[in-house]
Amino acid sequence: MKKFLCLALALVLALSLAACGGSASSAPAASTPAAGSTDAGTPSASGSAIKIGGIGPVTGGAAVYGIAVQNGAQLAVDEINAMGGIQFEFNFQDDEHDAEKAINAYNNLKDWGMQVLMGTVTSTPCIAVVAESSADNIFQLTPSGSAEDCIAPDNAFRVCFSDPEQGTLSADYIAGNSLAAKVAVIYDSSDAYSVGIHDAFVAEAKVKGLEIVADEAFTADNKTDFTVQVQKAKDAGAELVFLPIYYNEASLILTQADKSGYKPLFFGCDGLDGLVAVENFDTALAEGVMLMTPFTAAGTDEKTATFVKNFKAAYGEDPNQFAADAYDAIYAIKAAIEKAGVTAEMSASDICDALKGAFTQITVDGLTGSGITWDAKGAPTKTPAVYVIKDGVYVAA
Amino acid sequence: MQALKKMDRSFRSNLVTYGMVLLAWLLVGLASSAGLISNSLQGQLVPICTYVVLAVSLNLTVGILGELSLGHAGFMSVGAFFGSVLWLCISGSVPGWLGLVLSMLLGGAVAGLFGLVIGIPVLRLQGDYLAIVTLAFGEIIKNIFNAVYLGIDSRGLHFSMSDSASLGLEAEGKVLINGAIGITGITKVSSFTAGVLLVLVTLFVVLNLVHSRAGRAIMSIRDNRIAAEATGINVTKYKLMAFITSAVFAGMAGVLYALNMSTVVAKKFDYNTSILVLVFVVLGGMGNIRGSIIAAAVLTVLPELLRSVADYRMLVYAVLLILMMIFTQSPQLLAARERLFGLVRRGKGPAGKKGEV
Amino acid sequence: MQFLSYLVNGVSLGSIYAVIALGYTMVYGIARMLNFAHGDIIMVGGYVAFIVMTDLGLPALAAILAAMLACTLLGILIERLAYRPLRAAPSLAVLITAIGVSYLLQNLALLIWGSAPRSFTSVVTLKPLRFFDGQLVITGEAVVSILVSAVIMVVLNLFVNKTKMGHAMQAVSEDRGAAQLMGINVNATITLTFAIGSGLAAVAGVLLCSAYPSLQPTTGAMPGIKAFTAAVFGGIGSIPGAMVGGVLLGIIEILGKAYISTQLADAIVFAVLIVVLLVRPTGLLGKKTNEKV
Repeated sequence: MKKFLCLALALVLALSLAACGGSASSAPAASTPAAGSTDAGTPSASGSAIKIGGIGPVTGGAAVYGIAVQNGAQLAVDEINAMGGIQFEFNFQDDEHDAEKAINAYNNLKDWGMQVLMGTVTSTPCIAVVAESSADNIFQLTPSGSAEDCIAPDNAFRVCFSDPEQGTLSADYIAGNSLAAKVAVIYDSSDAYSVGIHDAFVAEAKVKGLEIVADEAFTADNKTDFTVQVQKAKDAGAELVFLPIYYNEASLILTQADKSGYKPLFFGCDGLDGLVAVENFDTALAEGVMLMTPFTAAGTDEKTATFVKNFKAAYGEDPNQFAADAYDAIYAIKAAIEKAGVTAEMSASDICDALKGAFTQITVDGLTGSGITWDAKGAPTKTPAVYVIKDGVYVAA
Repeated sequence: MQALKKMDRSFRSNLVTYGMVLLAWLLVGLASSAGLISNSLQGQLVPICTYVVLAVSLNLTVGILGELSLGHAGFMSVGAFFGSVLWLCISGSVPGWLGLVLSMLLGGAVAGLFGLVIGIPVLRLQGDYLAIVTLAFGEIIKNIFNAVYLGIDSRGLHFSMSDSASLGLEAEGKVLINGAIGITGITKVSSFTAGVLLVLVTLFVVLNLVHSRAGRAIMSIRDNRIAAEATGINVTKYKLMAFITSAVFAGMAGVLYALNMSTVVAKKFDYNTSILVLVFVVLGGMGNIRGSIIAAAVLTVLPELLRSVADYRMLVYAVLLILMMIFTQSPQLLAARERLFGLVRRGKGPAGKKGEV
Repeated sequence: MQFLSYLVNGVSLGSIYAVIALGYTMVYGIARMLNFAHGDIIMVGGYVAFIVMTDLGLPALAAILAAMLACTLLGILIERLAYRPLRAAPSLAVLITAIGVSYLLQNLALLIWGSAPRSFTSVVTLKPLRFFDGQLVITGEAVVSILVSAVIMVVLNLFVNKTKMGHAMQAVSEDRGAAQLMGINVNATITLTFAIGSGLAAVAGVLLCSAYPSLQPTTGAMPGIKAFTAAVFGGIGSIPGAMVGGVLLGIIEILGKAYISTQLADAIVFAVLIVVLLVRPTGLLGKKTNEKV
């Protein structure tokens, strides 16, 4: 009899789960056209809020990027809602930097009634989610999913550069300004972003006549000790070390290079932004580091200054480029929505069709570039600037 | 009812297990056609099936054979990678269901081969030493898949361990495995029905194995290896049998999982995933197949149900995990629970439940 | 010269693994459980030291003591709340609970201290030693962590073999039931073990973050796994084994990266581990136990 008890319990459980899921889905579906209330502040009198979903890692090893995007986007949403006019409701879900969890988050947002997707933050989950959103015809704008496949379907656009672009541009800049003849690369071979930049950089370097004397990898599980990579670059006589990686690992490489008495020129991409903002980091180590990035928190233009000030006031830390990309993403969505005349009553699919066309026509002056435009493939056109770190601040190179 | 009672007890218990899975399939199918299932649950159906298969197959190693394995995700990744590569190569030319079956057969076979190659030397070790070696194996597989580049063009397959450029593909060639970026562009073919079928096949094989002569031999090795050896049981053979069967189904589960998504990366199959599956097995009860199914389903859905607590989601999950372990495994609490409900049990506490299937 | 330089780097990395592994092996030897949360206690130690040193501006010694105190208390608390109820349960149940504790600590740290990495100020003020015209550099952290791990190993060994409490630990490790019958307070002994193990984790945390100055909620996870590997490598439960295993693991990792492949460094480490265990199934210095029916 106990077996049947077990079975009965299991059934009750299964049914209650199905019921839970059922009620969760039907309720928001019915209330979609109604005014949102949770995050949106007070909806304007003119209409209800458009539901924007966001996906990114807010727990686990990549949490720092997801939280930055969440905060940057929330800041933009709050500003837009405070202006009156178009109202947004924003719901950001955790994906733990995992494709399966990202799809779960996506489905959860669909149940919530998401009309536009701003995400995902990291590349692999983005590739998985973009297949879903394209099947559902929901407009997707990724702030920072930089792998080429992230925007493969026509419903997907991005704010950041693609990885190969960054690699090519970096090699061009290094060769064009004759920064060095012998170059070493240290990259994260387990990370799509890093590999993407690395491969393009190596290919372009060959074209431009840069000699790659050391090409060293590390992996996500093995990123505390860089003495071997630094030693090999040093022994090979590299004058410049290219770091297509994130700032946390870069700060370790700089420390270990300093200890071993190796002082080459370090050159990085947008992942390096945030280096001098690391709490308690000895900025003397970063002296002379060059980075090619569309955004730095040290930017002096009024827009950046206001953003940094507001971000610090709200979240107590300096924004990095992820936050800036997300902020621009929300404003780009706003611009496209205004251009296409999208309203909150429209279905996600209709909005998608409208935004696909509108995105190629808008021009956005954002934090990560002025006059950004998009092509039909979904890639933005913007020019990165190269900065040098001097006395702990970025100076245009 | 009378007829049911006449049947063999284990046979009846097996029927209940099959029935439970079929009923779940039926209910979900009905609810789905009535539009009662949320997108969130709908999206998790195939992962649930995957984890159920993984949990049942790991239970064979951990619960029935009694050897701790921390590298189950390694077999899953072998299946996922081999299966997806096959599917990418044949997806245009065969119908979806056939592609899925062929991929699963290949994925399962290769994973089984890995199980054999690893099992022969490794199963000599015991306890925590075996655990660390299986963990090591899983990490090695992950590291290698992270560095593998495979491409195809008119001249055939090209393989490299350095980068995609060194494949030397022709212009129209296609990169199948792109190192850390993994496999992209997979057409989804897995479905809930396919998942349920795989669960049923797994159950059929595992339950039959357990209740066969071989199964009793395997359990006798768990209960007392030396005594089993002394009675003339070929320990290595039966250990391998359980280990390889477990690996084959982990590989098939990997294929099911991979063909449900447009992308697969090696990073997914790290020790965290192995441990996750182990949690299902331990929480469902070692050696208790039905428990594994329920635990896998409930614990896969749980983190999603916790999305409402937003920032505290993983924290709450961790606390729940600890509490669940204490409440289901603590001998004092189990004893207190028995007293409270006055239930008559066949055996006492978890030790007695060990033999239950 | 290059080889020597790699070797030195390997030893310094390995000595940090050794300090972590000592705590791991200590807890395993006496409580017979794999404390998967050990790596996360290291991370907590790192954060406590960071707060005391950087935010409160106190000297390094105060930071180390505060971290040790905090981690010891944390270790006792975890043992009391999460592990003790499962003392008589199957060992796998405790393993899963330890994993739960590991998730809990990581996510608590994420909520309390945030995800942004912090740069740890080294507690070692010793300047790097330079030989052969700067071609061979031995960092101060390397010297200190080698010394510290050696001292800890010797002291622990003396403690376990020469003191009454140590004998009680050995007795509990050998046969819990018999130890209890002999009048040993098993619970107190295991609590003490956790207290010592967690205190060592704090030291390990400070050393790890001094040598590799980046602190995040996930900082302890991978070194924890590596140290676990090191402990098994040397023979889990053996105190000198943890030291030997840790140092060897560090050397293999660095030499593997230097001469074989930086991408496959971990695969090489684990492959060597498998080979060693196949030749010596209880690790390098592990005790062979005779099986009885």
